[in-house]
Amino acid sequence: MAPVQAQAVPVTTDSSIVPEKVRDGIDLQINGEHYRHTGDPQMPLLWYLRDVLRLTGTKYGGERGENGADLVLLDGKAVSAITQPLAKLADRQIVTVEGLAGNDGSLHPMQQAFVDEDAIGCGYCTPGWLIAAVDLLRRKPHPGDDDIDQLPNLCRCGCQTRVRRAIKRVAAGKAGQP
Amino acid sequence: MSNHPTTPNQIRLSRRRFLQVLAGTAGALVVGIRMADAADAPLPLALLGDSFYDLGVYVRIDADGNVLIGARDPDTGTGVATSLPRIIADELDADWNRVSVVPLGLGVTDNNGQPRWTYGRQVGGSGGSIPAAWNDLRQVGATARWLLLQAAARRLGVPANKLRCEAGTVIAPDGRRFTYGNLAADASKIALPTTAPPLKDAANYQLIGKPAGDVDAREIVTGLTRYAIDEHYGDALVAVLVHCPWSDGTLAHIDDTDTLAVKGVVKVVRLRPEPGQPLGSTVIAPAVAVLAEDTWSALQGREKLKLEWKPGASGSESSYVLEQQAGALLAGKTDPTTRVRNDGDVDAAGRKAARRLDATYYQPWLAHATAEPMNCLVKLDKDRASLVVPTQAPQKAWAVVQRLTGLSPAQIDIRVPRVGGGYGRRLDHDYVAEAVMLARAVDKPVRLLWTRGQDFGHDYYRSGSVHQLSATLDRKRQLTGWNQRMASASALTRRNMPDNRLWTSELHADQLPAALVPNYRSDWYALDSVIPRGPMRGMPHLSNAFAVESFIDEIANSMKEDPLVTRLRMLGAPRELPLSAGGTLDTGRLANVLKLVTDRIEWKNWLHSVNGLGIACWHVDGAYVAHAIEVAMQGQKLVIQRVVCAADVGRVINPLGLEGQLAGATLDALSTALNLAITFKDGQIQQHNYKDYPLASMAQLPNAVEVIVVPADDRPPAGASFLAMPTAAPALANAVFRASAVRVRRLPLMKELLRML
Repeated sequence: MAPVQAQAVPVTTDSSIVPEKVRDGIDLQINGEHYRHTGDPQMPLLWYLRDVLRLTGTKYGGERGENGADLVLLDGKAVSAITQPLAKLADRQIVTVEGLAGNDGSLHPMQQAFVDEDAIGCGYCTPGWLIAAVDLLRRKPHPGDDDIDQLPNLCRCGCQTRVRRAIKRVAAGKAGQP
Repeated sequence: MSNHPTTPNQIRLSRRRFLQVLAGTAGALVVGIRMADAADAPLPLALLGDSFYDLGVYVRIDADGNVLIGARDPDTGTGVATSLPRIIADELDADWNRVSVVPLGLGVTDNNGQPRWTYGRQVGGSGGSIPAAWNDLRQVGATARWLLLQAAARRLGVPANKLRCEAGTVIAPDGRRFTYGNLAADASKIALPTTAPPLKDAANYQLIGKPAGDVDAREIVTGLTRYAIDEHYGDALVAVLVHCPWSDGTLAHIDDTDTLAVKGVVKVVRLRPEPGQPLGSTVIAPAVAVLAEDTWSALQGREKLKLEWKPGASGSESSYVLEQQAGALLAGKTDPTTRVRNDGDVDAAGRKAARRLDATYYQPWLAHATAEPMNCLVKLDKDRASLVVPTQAPQKAWAVVQRLTGLSPAQIDIRVPRVGGGYGRRLDHDYVAEAVMLARAVDKPVRLLWTRGQDFGHDYYRSGSVHQLSATLDRKRQLTGWNQRMASASALTRRNMPDNRLWTSELHADQLPAALVPNYRSDWYALDSVIPRGPMRGMPHLSNAFAVESFIDEIANSMKEDPLVTRLRMLGAPRELPLSAGGTLDTGRLANVLKLVTDRIEWKNWLHSVNGLGIACWHVDGAYVAHAIEVAMQGQKLVIQRVVCAADVGRVINPLGLEGQLAGATLDALSTALNLAITFKDGQIQQHNYKDYPLASMAQLPNAVEVIVVPADDRPPAGASFLAMPTAAPALANAVFRASAVRVRRLPLMKELLRML
């Protein structure tokens, strides 16, 4: 087998140019970049991100993504990356935690609010919380506690109450404010 | 013993520790603490609450004014990478915005074949980092500042005592100023004074006591922080394992034909760790490894393995039977394995008692459930081993690598990035041993990944325990006698610990109400099990506080008395009582945290509230904590409505970090108490994923933890990383009793509550 790195070919960084289709490849859009995967179409997105693209912000949580550490946004909706075979993802928009900040390095309001509230324990599960929280605010711009209760993430360090504050801070438009 | 003379660029701090000044490259000033010892004693386990007094921190002031501070202890989420450097930076009067914190790898050099730990002991997540660091870190900062002042004084022709420092600048009376960067090269050439320069007056602290967010926060939220699991060597193979379900079992049959046919799979390797190697006497289960070019191939290959395992002696063990054995032990007349404490005469007190109460409490086995599973990256060359290890104790990891490779001390390079949770699990290094054995077997770098099922199934667990408590009171409701008998399987068995010290992981000799009751006895009964055990966050306080603080609530209830009144009477007048482990129990500070939480939660309503209110308090190594919890029963549903936590930890270094630690430990303890238990049957662990071992969801946990920190700047800082764990569960159970009239004496709480409702 060829080294796995050979499967990762950033075709272009200009999203207006659609790469020419080749046989057997899967065209992927991740954080605004285009890639073509020519390996096993059943490879889960998680291992493609981590092993092939070396985008390691999305963490391994469990075989079924049980603790939410491997959440990514798929067409804006939070899904567990380990449950998504690449074959299902052709031409869909994928955003990982690395893609939340602006190209100029400016933090996404949710990232800023996590920093503001120090909503971090060991930090391993933080990317998953961020993705789930961004997804929640997309669906419910002003979530109540019951809505926040539905987040699927688990954390043994106990960051939950600070995450709750961070989400409310973003909903109130106060990310980055004292 | 040291034979290093003090030289002009050293100050002796103690028998073994020296402040040392170096001229760095390109005009930098470097101040650090150097260890004189060649070999160090074996690392004590974090659970013993030892204070690690040896430090290897350093500060480097570059010519451009940037300040680099090395963080010696691995940060497992306890915030030490933020709080420890701020202690140095404050004494130095550095500009915090120009400080970068660099995690130090393992510091080891070769001293005639023995390791010399250049940074002293390096242990994270033990709650001991700040107390151990407090004096030495300030000294490092003060020394660097002193040198910079001397350099400025010479340049200006002004006595140093006429100069002042502010945010990385030395300022003269006439307003002339030099940045630290500008002075660094000169300062590095100045001889140190014979005694350590004086420390700052606490009134002038600029950073200590002020809130600071995690230094790694920006990298974490952008997904750029690299944990060990994220590291890689170009040609490394990914290894995944199937462990034998029994730690003492053997492989009976293997068919790897289909595995080897999977594209990308390179090799299948059998791991058969011999007893005594490589973790000393600590157990490692046999395993079969699939090595492949990428993780997905390795996992697919593992799916196709056909294996048959044969159980060892543990094949008949069950957690249920073990608990029955504990019950029989405590019911019988057998002498305890260890009489931990025996004050006065408990039996005589019992004969004279006006009132006597007995109760038995049960606690389950627990797993660590770290978010980042066990993993290790290793590259072996002929004369070098390079590893990236998620560890709380890099020196213990070093010892494992050294035993397996035979390399000399400095040939082993261990990097420790931020760690995705420790809780004591990463004081054992079975996964490091596996990675090294595999790298040797395939002659390539190896990236070992445990999957979630292995993390749950092959932990070093906390033992379940049975606590039989008995108390006697006189007519004035004064507690006259306390008899506690506990049975558990020690975490220290098979770890080179003498038999008469095995209790130390299970009981604390000074735990409440010891020192408060004239007749107090505490006995420990050893259970044994082949199921491996190890250090666990909060041990031994977690299990004992639940039993003791629940029982005190039961005593109050039996007298139809407000449990706050009962507790305050037990504590008595504010005074300091000597403890057997050293230090004191300050009853005034303990009563104070109780009063703070009860005031905040409006305890005066405790009897009449439609909700249930519960309290508990505890002390750990000079720190004091209390919880007050309010719950409501909505049919079969338990809602935790309010949680208040008050803590007195002496001087606070970083209030924001402390609040996070206290709130986090509270939530961890609630999650554990509500839901979590490891069980085993036929010697096999029955929990394999988060569904079986359900950490509390957001919905089960309270919306907020109200944290109150007692101002106590006149006292040295105490550790706080697990301080808020012990009292959360008993306060919860006591609140549940008020709300439901059900007394839960067995954890996990939800299962027992639903059974009894």
